[in-house]
Amino acid sequence: MSDFLLEIGLEEVPARMMAGAEAELGRRVGDLLIRERLLAPEAKVTTYSTARRLAALAEGVLAKQADTEEQLTGPSWKIAFKDGEPTPAAQAFAKKAGVAVAELQKVETPKGEYVGATVKRLGRTAAEILAGELPKEVLAIYWAKNMYWRAGKPERFVRPVRWVVALMDATVVPLEIAGIAAGNASRGHRVLHGEAPVSIASAGAYKETLRKAFAVVDVAERRQIIRKALDAATRTVAGARWREDEALVETVTHLTEWPSVILGDFEPEYLALPEEVLVTVMRDHQKYFAVEDEKGKLAPHFLAVLNTQTDAEGAAIIRHGNARVLRARFKDARFFWDVDQKTPLAARMESLKTVTFQKELGSYYWKTEQNLAVASSLAGTLKAVDFPFSEEALFKAVELAKTDLTAELVKEFTELQGVIGGLYARAQGLGEHVALAIYEQYTPASTEDEIPVSVEGRLLGLADRIQTIVAMFGIGMAPTGSKDPFALRRAANAIVKILAEAGLPLTLGDVLAASSAEGGNKAQVEEFLRERVQFYLKDVRGFAYDVVNAVVAAGFDDVRDAIARADALKAARGSEDFLAVSAAFKRIKNILKQAEEKGFALGSPTSVKLAAEAQQLADAAAALAPKVAALREQRKYGEALAAIATLRPAVDAFFDKVMVLGPDANLRGAHLGLIDEVLRGFSGIADFSEIVAG
Amino acid sequence: MSAAQAAPRVKPTSLTFQDLLFRLQRFWAERGCVIQQPYDVEVGAGTMCPETFLRVLGPKPYRVGYAQPSRRPADGRYGENPNRLFKHTQFQLILKPPPVNVQELYLESLEAMGIDLKHHDLKFEEDNWEWPAGGAWGVGWQVMLDGLEITQFTYFQQCGGMDLDPICAELTYGMERIAAFLQDVDSIYDIVWARDPETGAAVTYGDVRLAEELQFSVYNFEMADVPRLWEHFNSYEAEAQALLAKANALLQDENASAVEKKRFPLLATYELALKCSNLFNLLDARGAISVTERVGVIGRIRNLVVGVAKAWALQQEAG
Repeated sequence: MSDFLLEIGLEEVPARMMAGAEAELGRRVGDLLIRERLLAPEAKVTTYSTARRLAALAEGVLAKQADTEEQLTGPSWKIAFKDGEPTPAAQAFAKKAGVAVAELQKVETPKGEYVGATVKRLGRTAAEILAGELPKEVLAIYWAKNMYWRAGKPERFVRPVRWVVALMDATVVPLEIAGIAAGNASRGHRVLHGEAPVSIASAGAYKETLRKAFAVVDVAERRQIIRKALDAATRTVAGARWREDEALVETVTHLTEWPSVILGDFEPEYLALPEEVLVTVMRDHQKYFAVEDEKGKLAPHFLAVLNTQTDAEGAAIIRHGNARVLRARFKDARFFWDVDQKTPLAARMESLKTVTFQKELGSYYWKTEQNLAVASSLAGTLKAVDFPFSEEALFKAVELAKTDLTAELVKEFTELQGVIGGLYARAQGLGEHVALAIYEQYTPASTEDEIPVSVEGRLLGLADRIQTIVAMFGIGMAPTGSKDPFALRRAANAIVKILAEAGLPLTLGDVLAASSAEGGNKAQVEEFLRERVQFYLKDVRGFAYDVVNAVVAAGFDDVRDAIARADALKAARGSEDFLAVSAAFKRIKNILKQAEEKGFALGSPTSVKLAAEAQQLADAAAALAPKVAALREQRKYGEALAAIATLRPAVDAFFDKVMVLGPDANLRGAHLGLIDEVLRGFSGIADFSEIVAG
Repeated sequence: MSAAQAAPRVKPTSLTFQDLLFRLQRFWAERGCVIQQPYDVEVGAGTMCPETFLRVLGPKPYRVGYAQPSRRPADGRYGENPNRLFKHTQFQLILKPPPVNVQELYLESLEAMGIDLKHHDLKFEEDNWEWPAGGAWGVGWQVMLDGLEITQFTYFQQCGGMDLDPICAELTYGMERIAAFLQDVDSIYDIVWARDPETGAAVTYGDVRLAEELQFSVYNFEMADVPRLWEHFNSYEAEAQALLAKANALLQDENASAVEKKRFPLLATYELALKCSNLFNLLDARGAISVTERVGVIGRIRNLVVGVAKAWALQQEAG
């Protein structure tokens, strides 16, 4: 049993692409070895990567495939041999099988005597197979963005391949990737180790050999080193904590080979800037971790993850350099903040006329006017039921929501759109309700994100998004397939999430009506929203797809009600009686469909004398219907479903004994009328025929 | 007490702004590069100079470096902002095709400027570059030195809307940033540009350029005559379009001789296109281009720039 190592040396790979590529390489190496019968049952494949390498180690690789023997059957003996002499047919078969004519055997089969040949196939060596197949696998790895680098453009990859190590234990596997012949020479950290090649003595020694060359190739280990170094550096400040940021930890893990951490300071005067701005500069622009004090307030320090290890002199230089960059950025931010205060938000309305929302639609001034109309309609619905909120604050917030687009600070930190508007509104004394609503207008940014805290923020978010969706659909900009350039799906997801979680007395219909969508446009948006409700129930709430389909088929206008029905349905789905009734409903639906295709008319179940089982079903349904309707009215969906499940004996007996589509047209019509009533009478909570058993 | 408060033992470099440039030029000259002088037409970036934009087209290998003053009228701050300039200096380098050790060479070039990498943190972080009006893009990195972006490193993939083969590596060093960083000054204007070897008297960046930053900010933001800028734009564009039409007719004419094709002044046509690009930037800084107009005007520049690139590729193939 051998160990096989593949390392692809690259110029620095974008951090965001590394995890996916590493997993894919492991999969491809493992699948290839399995496909080629080269992997022992106890084998395992481990993957590694740093900023400039991607590697897989397969332990338990067979040096060679097992030999195989195959029995081939050819033409009938009589055709192959005439008078004991081989005919051209025998010769052709021998040639095809790769054996001499003399080695052909006579085989007895139930159909008579035939020519047979035993073909021995020698297993190929792992080295031979890997050399042939592995380069193709490597070059097929998916990268979000590829490049050419060699003349003649023979291949595309994320960055140029600079070296390849391929070892079966200690022996080089002679493969070539992107023009680079594999060897046993890897490379270490650019600065700490230098350019000298790092010779890997054997596949199993990979990880430890590179550690000596200042490259920690195990990603999990590097992540751990970074976390511990962040802890250690933070401990030098009494009571301080570094602000957890998993995404940033991932990024810096993939940006490094030999990480270490330094703690730096900035002037406390910059703490007067809003925390959002400080954190954005540190995290998004500089990839620094923020530090907070015991109360969770930002402290005037930062943590930078380095890709090196240096002495005290180097640490002082690096700390000084990073602090210098940060100070310049903070200084800029403060400058923009001060400049922006000279023009209050209210004075920026006019300038929105020159900021395009969408070329065919209009400016953000136009957008604001539209949003105001939608918001005032929503406000009307809320006022009609005396729902508490400040209408004045809402209208002010909607009016000023987009004015921060003209602020210098937003031009510098576009990701803080809305947030900066909110901060300015607060600083300019527009009141907490207005400020908060503007601040949180773009939340939730994703389905994991929280919805806005304030009622005004929720309403602003709903108005802004539905207006965008309806207007974009109106000019034919609806998302198609994977194309959604205006992120309309995300906008609709946010609408659904707000309606689901905010407790506002609003339905999707109310929101859509407020947008004054009409006709085909309205129908299209409605369908789009239905898909988003399904997505929300399935992917955010985790309901099974059949439960989602059943619930949505019975209505989705009231999102919270749909969730309640889905909850009840999910619980009921465990009951056998309920599943049996669901199956019966599916059968009813099929029968009704058949009947329609054949042109059978529905009649009244009371028009003829029914068989006992049919009458029992009619009676049971009639008795149950008002009870279920009452429970449904009170939104006691669990009880309603339990009640429906009690129909099972009657339904079962009906289908056991009654021939629904019999020859007698009157009776048939009565049966059809009966099952149609049952189906319609009990499908208000969900369309049970969608439920899949098991 | 925080470890970060230990007294920094940071020694600023004694190299002046011009020393750094000399060192960089010398380094690349020794590695086979032509060291060109700055291009004498206004450009927004070193990439736009013909030494890059046209030389990267076609199969012919080329290595060139030059310090290019790059104008971005909208970035001017009247000389009041310590970090922002209307005109900054890019040291622009083209290696076509890129040698396999291009990154190592780059690191050596940093050491040539006195940067001891053992005492710094260096990272290559993904940053892809594009110039839509030039139909040009590439993939690469921003090179971060102790958290400061000092170089844009790009593998050019397309230019003038055409695939490049071979591709080239483009290194763009931001000289003011590098100098301010190494000299450890907080304002670009405090950078020592030159020092008298006898008296030791320093001439600062501010001494050399502050007036220019101030006056051009005034011109770009306040006084540039918008109708006249449009006139210039239209006039340069018209001449460039007329030349392009002639160029295309000639270059596609099978009966025209190679000599005739080679002498067609596409380089002059390209200068006219660059003039339009700079005028656009000026109009933009004056706030004279509405959002709706913007896309259209960029399209007009693109037609010129990409048109020249395509004609240039044909001209190179002639004879």
